[in-house]
Amino acid sequence: MRAVVTVTGTDRRGIIAAVSGFLSGKEINILDISQTILGDQFAMVMLADTSVCSEDFLTLSEQLSALGREIGMNIRLQHADIFDAMHNV
Amino acid sequence: MLNQSQVIETIDMIEKEHLDIRTVTMGISLLPCVRESAEKTAKAVYERVVGKAEKLSSVTEALSREYGIPIVNKRVSVTPVSLITAAFPEESVSVALALDRAAETLGIDFLGGYSALVHKGTADFENTFLDTIPEALASTKRLCSSVNVGSTRSGINMDAVRRIGELVKEIAARTEREGGIGCAKFVAFCNAVEDNPFMAGAFHGTGEADTVVSVGVSGPGVILHALKGVPGADLTEAAETVKRTAFKITRAGQLVAGEAAKRLGVRFGIVDLSLAPTPARGDSVAHILEELGLETVGGHGTTAALALLNDAVKKGGVMASPRVGGLSGAFIPVSEDIGMIEAAEAGKISVDKLEAMTCVCSVGLDMIAIPGDTPASTISAILADEAAIGMVNGKTTAMRVIPVPGKKVGDEVSFGGLLGRAPVMPVHTGSAEKFISRGGLIPAPIHSFRN
Repeated sequence: MRAVVTVTGTDRRGIIAAVSGFLSGKEINILDISQTILGDQFAMVMLADTSVCSEDFLTLSEQLSALGREIGMNIRLQHADIFDAMHNV
Repeated sequence: MLNQSQVIETIDMIEKEHLDIRTVTMGISLLPCVRESAEKTAKAVYERVVGKAEKLSSVTEALSREYGIPIVNKRVSVTPVSLITAAFPEESVSVALALDRAAETLGIDFLGGYSALVHKGTADFENTFLDTIPEALASTKRLCSSVNVGSTRSGINMDAVRRIGELVKEIAARTEREGGIGCAKFVAFCNAVEDNPFMAGAFHGTGEADTVVSVGVSGPGVILHALKGVPGADLTEAAETVKRTAFKITRAGQLVAGEAAKRLGVRFGIVDLSLAPTPARGDSVAHILEELGLETVGGHGTTAALALLNDAVKKGGVMASPRVGGLSGAFIPVSEDIGMIEAAEAGKISVDKLEAMTCVCSVGLDMIAIPGDTPASTISAILADEAAIGMVNGKTTAMRVIPVPGKKVGDEVSFGGLLGRAPVMPVHTGSAEKFISRGGLIPAPIHSFRN
């Protein structure tokens, strides 16, 4: 399944390392990353392939939220279809 | 690759602008539940509803978390109960109780369909059924009831209209301690639709498949935000902005509807393109109209602004879904919209202006608190006016008013939660008693003869 991971919050060191490390540990392949910083606000969008990950989607989503709390960021995991549906005719 | 700004836009819509799926509603036919007694029928109804909708909550909750979009309500609509209890109409309340229990078991807040369709005439069993509505609403928590009193094809059944006025008073009296809240769960229609997923008027029409899943989208806050982004735009550009935004909102609804139907193993019904406000700030249809340039909703220009909004929502939505249905338009309930509540409290919007607004939007005079001593014939006359607008214009109209027991103009009533609060609004005091007591059928308009 194609999933979108979004990470937002105040910029600090090690955000990408923490998130990509977590995903790699779950056998999730990162297909694309885009990241920007506006002022001190960090925003990152990752497209990830969860097809070989053994964790179910909702558990994964909770674990990512927990990781977010740990590093002081807001992390969401969503099915990529919602963005495709809303922004492509 | 996904565009980052689009991803962030969607997340902002959900987290800051109240984008949500307002309801996932499962329509269930009760026709296979008819048995030789009320008791056996009620049992069959309970078992069928609980069996069919067993996974409704778990599936919608999983979808909500996977897509990251809130799904506010899970609901069920059923075949008009008057048809199920036609052989023993005086015992219809036993089916009402069974449906209420089923809703409780399923963990859903409202179940609609304690309904009768009497737009051309009221059968004896339907007259008896109508008499049971106040008791059914007073003895249940989750059940909603509706009656269709007219249509463009058939005219308006004024005998039923007269009876509805009395019923609304009875329902208010039976639920007096809670401000007449029973009336919030009762709606009278002209041109009722068979696939409406929204309460209180949802029922599962006899022309529908056995079981379907329909979705009601919403998003007044998202439309408001989009319009705030084009403050100097002319009205063509404003309409275009609404249209584009409605497309995005509806696509989210369509995605959820299709996936919900697949996982529940039932047919996808329709997506209802409605802007449904809630009492939360930032989720108001009234504020959209004000953003278009009105000092306050209810002033001159309100009807035109609403016509623009309603049309643009439909045009964007129709493009986004293969099957659009239900009521599909902007709702203008008073108690459920913070902008409406404030305008009503300030005396800036009247029942007359609301009536005019219903000519150009969905659906009708909705969630309006009126004085408790309003005569039944006046309530019937309010309904007759609404039904006439619907009949002549070939659209759905409705009335959901609450004559709040013991309250007068200027008082306020609070229903809590999504039903909100409302100031008691004045209605005209000239009597329609004689007109309403005439009864009969107002003939269908000439343009209904289209064959």
